[in-house]
Amino acid sequence: MNNHKEPLFHIVKREEMIWYRAWGIRLIAIVAALIVCAILTTVLTGDNPIQVYATIIKGAFGSKRKAWITFQDLSVLLIIAVALTPAFRMRFWNIGGEGQVLIGGLSAAACMICLGDRLPNWLIIVCMVCSSLIAGAIWGFIPAFFKAKWNTNETLATLMLNYIATQLVAFYTIVWEVPKGSGKIGIINQNSNIGWLPDLFGNKYILTIVVALIVTIGMTIYLRYTKHGYELIVVGESENTAHYVGIKVEKVVIRTMMMSGAICALAGLLLVGSINHTVTTTIAGGQGFTAVMVSWLAKFDPLAMIGTSLLIVFLERGAGEISTTFHLNHSFSDILTGIILFFIIGCEFFIQYRIAFHKKEGRRG
Amino acid sequence: MKKLIAMVLASAMVLSLSACGNVARDDKAAAEAPAGEAAPAANEAAADNSEAAEATSSVKAGFICLHDENSTYDLNFINAAKEACEKMGVEAIFKTNIPEGQECYDAACELADAGCNFIFADSFGHEDYIIEAAKEFPEVQFSHATGTKAHTENLANFHNAFANIFQGRYLAGIVAGMKLNEMIEKGDITAEQAKMGYIGAYTYAEVISGYTSFYLGAKSVCPSVTMEVTFTGSWYDETAEKEGAEKLIHDGCVLISQHADSMGAPTACETAGVPNVSYNGSTSSACPNTFLVSSRINWAPYFEYAMSAVEKGEAYDTDWCGTLADDSVMLTEFGKNIAAGTEEAVEKAKADIEAGKLFVFDTKNFTVEGKTLDSYMADVDTDEAYTGDHEAIVDGHFDESGKGFRSAPFFDVKIDGITLLDTKF
Repeated sequence: MNNHKEPLFHIVKREEMIWYRAWGIRLIAIVAALIVCAILTTVLTGDNPIQVYATIIKGAFGSKRKAWITFQDLSVLLIIAVALTPAFRMRFWNIGGEGQVLIGGLSAAACMICLGDRLPNWLIIVCMVCSSLIAGAIWGFIPAFFKAKWNTNETLATLMLNYIATQLVAFYTIVWEVPKGSGKIGIINQNSNIGWLPDLFGNKYILTIVVALIVTIGMTIYLRYTKHGYELIVVGESENTAHYVGIKVEKVVIRTMMMSGAICALAGLLLVGSINHTVTTTIAGGQGFTAVMVSWLAKFDPLAMIGTSLLIVFLERGAGEISTTFHLNHSFSDILTGIILFFIIGCEFFIQYRIAFHKKEGRRG
Repeated sequence: MKKLIAMVLASAMVLSLSACGNVARDDKAAAEAPAGEAAPAANEAAADNSEAAEATSSVKAGFICLHDENSTYDLNFINAAKEACEKMGVEAIFKTNIPEGQECYDAACELADAGCNFIFADSFGHEDYIIEAAKEFPEVQFSHATGTKAHTENLANFHNAFANIFQGRYLAGIVAGMKLNEMIEKGDITAEQAKMGYIGAYTYAEVISGYTSFYLGAKSVCPSVTMEVTFTGSWYDETAEKEGAEKLIHDGCVLISQHADSMGAPTACETAGVPNVSYNGSTSSACPNTFLVSSRINWAPYFEYAMSAVEKGEAYDTDWCGTLADDSVMLTEFGKNIAAGTEEAVEKAKADIEAGKLFVFDTKNFTVEGKTLDSYMADVDTDEAYTGDHEAIVDGHFDESGKGFRSAPFFDVKIDGITLLDTKF
């Protein structure tokens, strides 16, 4: 007993923290991150950190076009994050967003290329929407089915389906490449614009933004006010409880993942049909993974994800501008983004837990 | 439960960190350089002022690069652009790390918004997006390197440019062939073992034209030479290029060259002590013992030509192709370990090519499945079905990038003596 040594401190789960204290901690984290970045910038490059920060803002919102692009990028990331959320609420760790986006994009591209001159344009667009949603749903169904039937690990299954989707896109890139051997498809139907999703209000950025808003609001309603939304939380909390109250767990898992996959595929559809007009293996650009963080940071609340995805897109777009203005390598702005995200994610720890120190006097007593 | 949450949080953190690394690549990165090189000393936003003071031309140029200075390919463009802009007093904005997607269109439009009246993109996959931007900004001149569509697109403000790099490759091939001869004479290898390795990006005409001309150059001095080619499926993949080089060396290739943009292959050669013929620029500082020579396109003549046309408000070529004569195609300085007599052999071949006495793709010098190539319909006008639309054999040689065709290479014939290892790309 005597040699039993208490650790210097231990970690205790906090009670629910009052909102203003939680936001206070987040604010401190952001300020601390900015200070660390400022010190690093000054030491490594000799540039003025205040100017660097001003440049970040300029990069994201410096002109009308820049602002539109920022909101468009935000919307794509937001759709993916919102898509992953119902699965996360069910504690089904879907990290296959990347693959679900890609497969949706690939299906849309397939319609654009293969149906190009056979059907009227509106029908092609209908086909694109249907086929990419179905493809995404299938990409969500596969891991959910195996999970529901044989309790396989969904993290691994969704992750591996990403690679299958990437390889499928790589394969079809070579099937459809123009010119021969070049390894790229290029803009599909560049002169006929067949299968290009229409511009809303004569602005090519608005469609994505509108879709993102509809998806976000729809998902909020679905999660908060529908029976489905309640069911998946119960399944997440305890499968036994769910069984007890008569919820068919398998059905909920499969249904939710198909929806998750289909909405991811919607982002792919927008990337191919409205934004890039082509498909490449890198078209999702890692956003399927970034969206995991967006969703977590927002505590699985779709409305809060508008804020968290804005933060991430803002940092990314600003980061590019830093390397322009200050002649720094692009990697430097990645470092700054990394530091800021590290602090923001790290501060959530202090909101969830507190560190309890042992008072020596207390032990003597 | 707590453990689970902590674990998931931790993994989410790791994931997000790696994920943001991925995404950041797609970001609209940009590297603005002032017109003159006097400014970087200041290295601050204050540099804006000195830029304005130095810009004496009515041209404002924007350059879009696929990667940044770490890619030999992009560095070659960036250096030439800086040289030409400095000479002409042109203010320039550089946007680097622009992927071949809508980001390229966005970057081009942002440059046009910023007042650029000459915009240039350096990567093959940028072409379609530059065309989109060209349609939107008819008053701005757009040029695109390595592209294939300008001559069929009929846009007054969209231009393609390339250079007869196959001639440079041929000369570099002579350097390689001389080195092989030296190895054979020394008894390091037999004549049959004179096998070269080549790392290509894609099985695309530009690459095929490049390695074939390199091979023909080597063969012109070392008749027993053979070559193996492997493909990476990427224009820039340091790991794949390095592994490709290692694989070829393991296969018994005694000399390596490459058409891919990273330092992967040259450094693998330096480690293994295998001679390397480089591309886009000298790699002698990183690989002093194995670097032989590098062929490269010097883009400065084109930039000067196009920008002075923009300055004067004149139209310029839709399809421009640089040559050895106008210094668009050149060899770098030789490495220290070249074979004796190399310089003379290269000079002679260069003079013959310039005089029109020597053709790189002379049908007498190669066979296809044992036969001489008498006729070949090349896919010059890009289409989805890869239709051969132009007879490319003119006066006993394959008229690569010739007059009346297009500037980008279209030689995609697989000739005898070259083994393609993996053609999945």
